[in-house]
Amino acid sequence: MISPGFSPGFSPENGPVGSPIADPIQAGLARGWKVIDGATLAAGRTLEADVVIIGSGAGGGVTAETLAKCGLSVIIIEEGALKSSRDFKMREADAYPTLYQESAARKTKDKAINILQGRTVGGSTTVNWTSSFRTPTPTLDYWQKHFGLSSYTAEVLAPWFLMMEQRLSVSTWLTPPNENNDLLKRGAAKLGIPAAAIMRNVKGCWNLGYCGMGCPTNAKQSMLVTTIPAALDLGATLLTHARAERLVIKGDKVDSLVCTALDASGVAPTGHTVTVRAKHFVVAGGAINSPALLMRSHAPDPHGLLGTRTFLHPTVISAGIFKQRVDGFAGAPQTIYSDHFLDTQAIDGPIGYKLEAPPLHPLLLSTTLAGYGRAHADTMAQFPHVHALLALLRDGFNDASRGGAVSLSGTGSALLDYPITQFVWDGVKRAHLAMAEIQFAAGAKTVQPVHEMAAAYTSWDAAKKGINALHYKEHITRVVSAHVMGGCTMSDDTRLGVVGANGRYHGLANLSVHDGSLFPTSIGANPQLSIYGITARLAAALAQELTGKPAARLVA
Amino acid sequence: MKVGALAALTLAGGGALYRALHPAGQLQRFVLGGEARAALDAMVPAMLAGALPALPALRAAAISATTERVHQAIRGLPLNAQKEVQDLFALLALAPARRVLTGVSGGWPNANAEQVASFLQRWRFHRLAMLQTAYHALHDLIIGSWYADPSSWSAIGYPGPLKELA
Repeated sequence: MISPGFSPGFSPENGPVGSPIADPIQAGLARGWKVIDGATLAAGRTLEADVVIIGSGAGGGVTAETLAKCGLSVIIIEEGALKSSRDFKMREADAYPTLYQESAARKTKDKAINILQGRTVGGSTTVNWTSSFRTPTPTLDYWQKHFGLSSYTAEVLAPWFLMMEQRLSVSTWLTPPNENNDLLKRGAAKLGIPAAAIMRNVKGCWNLGYCGMGCPTNAKQSMLVTTIPAALDLGATLLTHARAERLVIKGDKVDSLVCTALDASGVAPTGHTVTVRAKHFVVAGGAINSPALLMRSHAPDPHGLLGTRTFLHPTVISAGIFKQRVDGFAGAPQTIYSDHFLDTQAIDGPIGYKLEAPPLHPLLLSTTLAGYGRAHADTMAQFPHVHALLALLRDGFNDASRGGAVSLSGTGSALLDYPITQFVWDGVKRAHLAMAEIQFAAGAKTVQPVHEMAAAYTSWDAAKKGINALHYKEHITRVVSAHVMGGCTMSDDTRLGVVGANGRYHGLANLSVHDGSLFPTSIGANPQLSIYGITARLAAALAQELTGKPAARLVA
Repeated sequence: MKVGALAALTLAGGGALYRALHPAGQLQRFVLGGEARAALDAMVPAMLAGALPALPALRAAAISATTERVHQAIRGLPLNAQKEVQDLFALLALAPARRVLTGVSGGWPNANAEQVASFLQRWRFHRLAMLQTAYHALHDLIIGSWYADPSSWSAIGYPGPLKELA
């Protein structure tokens, strides 16, 4: 497809001459991949394919390769840009505005929770920290019991997880953890709290620690270097800088998709639209964006469920200062975890949480830390000695934890209202206490939970007293999220969900949803592998239905 | 508490005035006007006290470079978020609103560091969510713009990314 819109997206002078890293995107473009950069379109366009997939992240990528492999013509729509290893310079100042939704500053309606979500080819998989967990069995049990998802068992899903683990090189990380993670391991061990190694989707990882800014060595097996290139090699078309505005619905079918072309900065519309016609439409824009697109499209929603039950794994942080260097910016992030505070209590009881150790880079750490001026500068001056733990709260398993609801702003953009309930605050306090105790057990000089009123406590006793006295409230407590799930709940019961167990949208014959927005609750673990495995199964069933033949398996 | 009620009124009044001067239309890119730039220049040294260089010439250059990076960071946000920041700075550029909301009486170029630090502290814990979220926005924009820049890294012992690939 050579057209005025065709653009390789790279200039030869862009990349380092003789870089030691081969760039698979550059090579693919040279082989003739059909990539249209919406920013370069000088006029409106109409495209046509068997299937259009909206979003190129975990769900969209897996679906694109599966369908292309089964001989279907596929168009992938992405709001962000096509970037690759030659663009990934490990600079926060460049990475956050170019690779994340809303410059990594997306927020809930009351601005109390900051949300990290990818916006680039590969979606969040291009910028995530590689943590790979199968969907925990207690989560699946809950879905079976409360949402009638009887086929969502660990046994049924196991072959799909295995296939995706092999496809994406998910394996045990044998390199010793960096000090930031090892402190979690040592502190937990002192207290008799079990901790274990995290599986990672990497191949030939250099152990640099910059996964969140795009992998500069292509070691991370994100959608950007796996399924999307595979689909493009099979003739799929990728349209970038194109925001899916609305699905045009006629009767019980989707007729077409209307996209707004965005300028090269990804901020403003260029004024051109791209219309895409297809036999089948797959929405995979991620939680928040997928339900918002369906709302803008007036998709059927007789029970008012669309956008509701959106979950975040509300995440809170504790910063410790150690005598020795921790260098949390160096080495693979998140290689040790503890599920102790998930496994030792009922899933539908008080909210539980997973503990991990995030990477620490100057921009992300400095903006996350509370306060300003001298006190803030004093903490930053000890940057190499800072250790951080985070707690991901498992939301959605209790009547007091119904998550948030997506709505549309006056301009049609998505807005998530996520009120933090007392049920969640109770878990936040317990998580702050548990993290402080582990950090002191590991030898911390001081520990300060990220809360505007918290002090840098000098002992576990002082921390216990201090944290128990803190007032837990939005804005003074730092709450973040990197895992957005739900909003297009999956259930065959139309009173419980807008999408069936097979991923097909209730009431529209040719529309599927294949992303984390399907999940009826949060996952209780980093969600990427849940999305890969579950959408691989859905995509195979869809391919079989569209072609009449069994779907081809994905292989590395 | 009186200040809180007055602030709410001023916000409402200032918002109405601003909307009268700027009728709703298509969302525009953020523009950092002279008074807004002076406001940021006044807030940067308070937010970054203890981090900025001490030498006056270096300090002045660091402040204006940080303000400019904040400007660019705002211009990378979605247009509706740019509009929210534009509205905040438009309000802060109005002398009555500035006096009530920040206590800075003699104009931004003459604001002293103590005045600025004290209004930031009030906003940080303010019962009006709008001022509290404004504090957090300014916190993240200013502090983020400072530590994103390689010039700040040696002071905190951050070696930066691997040179061979950077």
